[in-house]
Amino acid sequence: MADKITLTIDNQPVTVAPGTTILKAAEQIGVKIPTICYHDYCTANGLCRICVVEVEGSRTLVPACIGKVSEGMKVQTHTERVETSRRTILEMLASSVDLSEAPDIQEYIVEYHADTARFPEAEERQPSVIDDNPMFIRDYAKCILCWRCVQVCADDAQYTYAINFTGRGYETQIGTFFNKSLPETTCVFCGQCVGVCPTGALKPKREWLLQNGFSQNEIMELTRSQRKQHTRREVPVANKVEQE
Amino acid sequence: MIQSNRIVSTTCPFCGVGCNLELHIKENFIYRVTTPFDGVVNKGNLCVKGRFGYDFIYNPKRITTPMIRKELQEPGKRKQAFDLSEWRQVSWDEALDYTADRLVAIYQRDGYHAMAVYCCAKATNEDNYLLQKMFRSLFRTNNVDHCTRLCHAASVVALQMAVGSSAMSNTAAEVVDNDVFIVTGTNTTENHPIIALQMKAAVKKHGAKMIVVDPRRIELVDYAALWLAEKPGTDVALFSAMAHVILKEKLYNQKFIDERTENFEEFAKSMEKFTPEYAESISGVDRNLIIQAARMYAAAKNAAIYWALGIPEHINGTANALSLINLALLTGHIGRHGTGLNPLRGQNNVQGASDSGAMPWHYPGYMSVTEEENAKKWEQAWNIEPGGLNRQRGLTTTEIMGAIGANGVRALYVMGENPMMSEPNLNHTRHQMEQLEFLVAQDLFLNETTSFADVFLPATSWAEKDGTFTNTDRRVQRVRQAIPPLGQSRPDWQIICDLAKRIEKRLGRPRSAYWDYEHPSEILTEMGSVVKEYAGVKYPRIEKIGLQTPVWDDQHPGTPFLFSESFPRGRGKFHPLVYNPSAEMPDEDYPLILTTGRVLEHWHGGTLTRHSWMDDLYPEALIEINPRDAAHLGVNDRDAVRVSSRRGTIVLRAKVTPKANPGVVFIPFFYGEAAANLLTNDAVDPQAKIPEYKVSAVRVSLARPEELPNPEATQVRGRY
Repeated sequence: MADKITLTIDNQPVTVAPGTTILKAAEQIGVKIPTICYHDYCTANGLCRICVVEVEGSRTLVPACIGKVSEGMKVQTHTERVETSRRTILEMLASSVDLSEAPDIQEYIVEYHADTARFPEAEERQPSVIDDNPMFIRDYAKCILCWRCVQVCADDAQYTYAINFTGRGYETQIGTFFNKSLPETTCVFCGQCVGVCPTGALKPKREWLLQNGFSQNEIMELTRSQRKQHTRREVPVANKVEQE
Repeated sequence: MIQSNRIVSTTCPFCGVGCNLELHIKENFIYRVTTPFDGVVNKGNLCVKGRFGYDFIYNPKRITTPMIRKELQEPGKRKQAFDLSEWRQVSWDEALDYTADRLVAIYQRDGYHAMAVYCCAKATNEDNYLLQKMFRSLFRTNNVDHCTRLCHAASVVALQMAVGSSAMSNTAAEVVDNDVFIVTGTNTTENHPIIALQMKAAVKKHGAKMIVVDPRRIELVDYAALWLAEKPGTDVALFSAMAHVILKEKLYNQKFIDERTENFEEFAKSMEKFTPEYAESISGVDRNLIIQAARMYAAAKNAAIYWALGIPEHINGTANALSLINLALLTGHIGRHGTGLNPLRGQNNVQGASDSGAMPWHYPGYMSVTEEENAKKWEQAWNIEPGGLNRQRGLTTTEIMGAIGANGVRALYVMGENPMMSEPNLNHTRHQMEQLEFLVAQDLFLNETTSFADVFLPATSWAEKDGTFTNTDRRVQRVRQAIPPLGQSRPDWQIICDLAKRIEKRLGRPRSAYWDYEHPSEILTEMGSVVKEYAGVKYPRIEKIGLQTPVWDDQHPGTPFLFSESFPRGRGKFHPLVYNPSAEMPDEDYPLILTTGRVLEHWHGGTLTRHSWMDDLYPEALIEINPRDAAHLGVNDRDAVRVSSRRGTIVLRAKVTPKANPGVVFIPFFYGEAAANLLTNDAVDPQAKIPEYKVSAVRVSLARPEELPNPEATQVRGRY
């Protein structure tokens, strides 16, 4: 195996080590490829597909965060096909998720001229906030299912495995096993998940209270039982449908 | 979405890992904590304490005004005052003048031996340096100690004896480069959570083999190649048996022994009796496991040992630590990257407080007080007349407590520590505290100790002051003021300087030891002018990344691992060992062994974390008991039980779990309402003076739920 690989990205030649991703090769020559689910310190999964690029000879678009370079590869990062794809992803995200606390995605929406009202019939995901512990809240209306929280809870950092995907398709959400409250799971409240959440879906509880109009003093004067009274258990979307 | 006014980079105030924190602040309220993913220590990861546990700063119960007790406290009749109505709020001038008057009066009447101070492993290097300077230079006493005495004192003594240094030899993050590592007497997952992540990664991603030697089935056992479930207090037998196997099978490193060590013959002879069979009879660990562990450790290319308080907190703590050091000297697993003797230090700045001289036998930089040359250096640094400094070793933490009384210690100054929770045999501690003539408390809250005080000096938290902490792998890192001091609270270093000047004036000293610092950076520079290991540690150099001591000069890059060429004492010294049982063994009346320790969500005396929302996650003391023992006693999970030792009794809830081995129960020591240290034994290691927290004999029986101190405060918990 060659110890160096040369390819072109947007017609610029670049030489990198084998095993490098297209994303990292592009970074090396200053070509910016947008990312959402990708995080430098998490395992890349190519979930959100915003980083897709066109590779000559490839039938489909290739996600740059996991696509590896090969000798002589010709990559185009901003073709019309690529931009259409990215725009559509952003429009679909905007139609169903609350992106109000995702500044990076909002910038992409402007950059790619995404029409956030393109899918007026789309049903917004509106699960209510889960406030089941004194450390952080989970507002899955803002969740884009990037998988970062699940990964840092597992082998990317914490080896705790308290959360995972639940449900399928539209009902997919991040949740705990048997939908238990976090203190009843293996959660150690390290908050690595909060640290990597890109959309404000996971948020320290005191920050959330501050945002909801509580003053600093009101927050700090909450007693233990008052803190617990704020607790609400969320009925997962899937169960809600069944109950109706 | 909250927009921060500013983000301040600082160092975590909880454990010795020393994680980098970024405090996000809005109108002086810290509402979020993050950490840089390229951070050198913790690489983007935090634990619950670092990320969420800072809210004690804003707890409404925090004391932010100086206070003096309304009723004069007399020796023998001293009482705790938790109620603010028993205190008078005063000005700083009045509080400091009162403190200076009383301290000076006692010193002038009874002399240096009546004065004592507990420094603080949570405070900065600068705070600790100044407090020991105040007591040494003004009251001419070496009765200066801090909680290192109650945690790693025996490790420090043993390392000093064998290699001449007393810190982690290697950087914690090097664990991913170990081929084999021994983890003993440390529940790393809960007490050094970020190092535990690195240990798990070492096993899962780098192919390392972990050997756990611990009397509890701690979570790391899930990742271990071998688990040696020893009985508490049998470390010398077990590790010496490993040495026996290594000697017998000639697995040792002859070149290293020849070139770098001494006293091998005498040591090897003393190991003859430690056959695996003998060790099995004492430790309860299968002889074959001991043999496997010995072979695995000796055969590794790079192997390291990590330990915490399960090793030193015994009456034979020094011998325990020596048994580990012998193994490293025997195999040469020391002095290289990815190896080492690594005592994981508990507190954020226990390494730094020790470095800064908060110890009775040493000036800053471990310079022995009994050596004339050292005393002369500090007399010069502090403008003291020749012969002025005390050349006698001072009293240790435990000795200070024992010496309180008519002809002993009369005045005690406590900065941040909580001996009424952390000392062993608390009923005795309480009796001693009552005998004090004068007690100064410098703290954030009224706790079990500060409530005994005559005067309360409200200090700031770490987020309201500048300074440095030295973490467990000797990295000196910046602590930055993020918010202004709350109320009238003041940084510890300012309180000490202001008080010292008042004391100095009353003593009529002709020359000042110097207390007019503008900024803590000047204090560290003063310390570095004498302490050569800190000579190159200057604030501008540690703005972004901390330096690992020793840093010999302004150009020196710091020292990631020690002993590459030689040991500070020259050759590493083998120590012959004999096994001695713990002071108190189980018997018919007290059939179970109690071992104490910490949990993830709480911190030591509890002063900070029990004033944090983290208390909601772990709001009550729980005794961990093995299902077999529980069944025998008729105890079910979550039942109330009564636990008694020869020294005290507490009532708490049972947690029936295989995490406890049969015959051994575990109680965390944070809870004043069910204080584990009412039960513990105050027998100490003769060399290190560290108490035997890890072994006491107890009896457990069912209690009625209404006997629980606070039955409502409970939380169903899912984690192991």
